Amino acid sequence: MSDAVVDSPAPAEQLYGCVVTYSRGEKVIHASRGNYIATLKKAIDDSFTMCTDLTAVDFLTYASTNRQLPSDISGERFEIVLNLISLERRERLRLRVQIAEGEATLPTAFDLFPGTEAMEREVFDMFGIEFEGHPDPSRILMPEDWEGHPLRKDFSVGRIPVQFKGAPS
Amino acid sequence: MTSDLIAGTPAATGEGPQEMRSRSELTAKEVLREVGSVLRMSEKEASELTSSPVENDEEQTMIINMGPQHPSTHGVLRLMLELQGEKVLRCKPIIGYLHTGMEKQAEELSYMQGGTNVTRMDYVSPLNNELVFSLAVEKLLGIDGDIPERATWMRMLLSELNRMSSHLLFMATNGMDMGAVSMMIYGWREREEVLRFFQKVTGLRMNHNFIRPGGLAADLPAGWRDDVLAILEGLPPRLAEYDILMTNQPIWRERLQGVGVITAEEAVALGTSGPILRSTGVAWDLRRDLPYLKYKEVEFDVIVGSYGDSFDRYAIRLNEIRESMKIVYQILDKMPSGDYRIQDKKVTPPPRARIDESMEALIHHFKIFTEGFKVPEGEVYVGIESPRGEIGCYIVSDGSPKPYRLHMRAPSFVNIQALPHMMRDGLIADAVAVISSIDPVLGEVDR
Repeated sequence: MSDAVVDSPAPAEQLYGCVVTYSRGEKVIHASRGNYIATLKKAIDDSFTMCTDLTAVDFLTYASTNRQLPSDISGERFEIVLNLISLERRERLRLRVQIAEGEATLPTAFDLFPGTEAMEREVFDMFGIEFEGHPDPSRILMPEDWEGHPLRKDFSVGRIPVQFKGAPS
Repeated sequence: MTSDLIAGTPAATGEGPQEMRSRSELTAKEVLREVGSVLRMSEKEASELTSSPVENDEEQTMIINMGPQHPSTHGVLRLMLELQGEKVLRCKPIIGYLHTGMEKQAEELSYMQGGTNVTRMDYVSPLNNELVFSLAVEKLLGIDGDIPERATWMRMLLSELNRMSSHLLFMATNGMDMGAVSMMIYGWREREEVLRFFQKVTGLRMNHNFIRPGGLAADLPAGWRDDVLAILEGLPPRLAEYDILMTNQPIWRERLQGVGVITAEEAVALGTSGPILRSTGVAWDLRRDLPYLKYKEVEFDVIVGSYGDSFDRYAIRLNEIRESMKIVYQILDKMPSGDYRIQDKKVTPPPRARIDESMEALIHHFKIFTEGFKVPEGEVYVGIESPRGEIGCYIVSDGSPKPYRLHMRAPSFVNIQALPHMMRDGLIADAVAVISSIDPVLGEVDR
C-alpha cells in the first residue's frame, strides 16, 4: 500500500517555464504569483482551453514539509489549485500556486477563463484570497455580512454544545 | 460569530453586495462584463464599446427577484433579473441558501465516514458522488489497481442506473416546468422503479453510502439480474410515450427550440460540462474521453446536439437514458463473479463472522471504526461523468485518517454560470425553460 506513495519528481522537467511534478501519476505544474497569468496564457495556447476547477487549500496546520513541492518552491500558507483540460489531447493538467499569508491576492483568471468567475468568488468567500480585477468580488455562498472565511484552518467549526436533560448548566 | 475566532491577518473583507446592482451604479465596462462581452466580443470590439456610453434607460427597466422559492427554480435558487417589459436584459444567479459547509465538515470526518457526507451533495445522483470520492481515496491509497473486477462492474452498473434515474427526474421536472404536468407523474413513476432497485441493493432510496473506498458495502442481492432486466424492459415503451408526449409535439418544440442558446466557444470558456457542453456539438464525455472504471470495454455513443438550445439539452438527456440502458445490458453480460471489495485489512472491515474467532480481525474492526484508516500524504483530483457533467473530487491528505482538504468540483455550480448567457435577451417566460434545461441540483451548487 505504501509503495506507491513516494512520487519521484522528474528532475528539472519544465513546462511553460514551470517545474513539473507528478502526484499519483497526475501532471502538476508549479507556477508563481508572478508568472501565473503568463503560464495560463501559455497553457491556453497549448490547447488547455477549459478550466474545470479552481480551488484553494489552507496549509496552516500541515505540519509536514512533505507537500510534494519542487525544491526551489517554498510552501506558503495558501495554495490555489487549478485543473485544466485539453479537449483536443484529452489531457488534464493541474496548476498549483503558492500564496503567502500576508499578501493573499492573485490576479484574476476571469479574462482567460470566464468560467472561473464563480470559483474565484468561492475561494474568496471561503479562504479570503482576493482576486485582483475580478468583476464581482463578493461572497457567493456565505451571507454578505459574514465575518471570517470558513474554510481557513483557524476558523472554528463552531459546534453547538449538546444539551443533556438534568445536566448542571 | 465574533472576530476573535479568526486569528492571523484577516483579509480585507471588502465584499460588495451580492445582489445585482442597477445600471446607474455600474461603469460601462462593468455592464459589458456582466452581459458577457468577454465571451461574445473581441477585445477590440469591447474596447470600442467601453468608450461609448452605454444607453442608460433605467426608467424603462426594472430589477426583480425570481426565487429563491419559486417552484420551478429547482430548489432555493434566486435569480435577479433586469427586465425591459418581458425581455431579460441581465440576469444574476444568487446562490448559497443551501450552504451547509459540507467541505468543512468533510475535514472532520474520516475517510470511512466521508461517503455519508459527499453522497448528500448531489442528492439526485448520490452514487456518482460516492464513486468519485471512493476513486480519489483509492488513488491516494495506491490501491486503485487492486479493486476486484466485480466491484468495478458493480460500480458501473449502479452509476449507469443512477444516470437513468437522474435523467428521468429531469424529464419529470422539465415537463412540469413547461406545463406538461402529467409528465411529472410519468417521470417520477419511472424513476421510482430504479429507486426501488437501489433500495433492494443498498437499503436506501437515496444517500446510499454504498460505494466505499475499497469496493462496495455489500454484494448484489439474489435476483438482482431479473430486477435490472425488468427495469430495462419496462422503459422503452415508456420512453416511446415520452416521444409522443413531448419530443414530437409542436407545442413542446415551440417552447424549447431556440431558447437559451449557447455556443460551443461560450460553453468551453465557461467551463460547463455534461449535456450543456454536448448540446453545443462538443463531443466531450469523460466516460469516453478520459475513461475510468471499465468504460473502455463497453460500447455506447456520446450524444451531441447541434444548436445548443434547451431542446437539444432535453433530447440529449432522453437519448442518454437509452445509451445508459445499452451500457447496462452489456454490464449484465460481462458481470464477473468474485469479490465485491478489496481484501485489504487496513481498508476493508473484516466480515462479522471473523470477529468472533480472530483477535486480529477484532483489532482491525476496532481500528477502522474508531480511528479510521490512514491515507498516505499527497493530493489527487479525480473527475468522472455524472449526469450533470464532470464531478470532481480533489483531496489533500496529510497522512491522517481524515482528509486535510476535500473539494468537490460540482457540475451544477459551474453550469449555473451559463444562465446569464443563455437568458440574455430572452423572454421571462423562457427563463423557466432555461433554468430547467440546466438541471441544477442546489444541494451540490451550495454544498
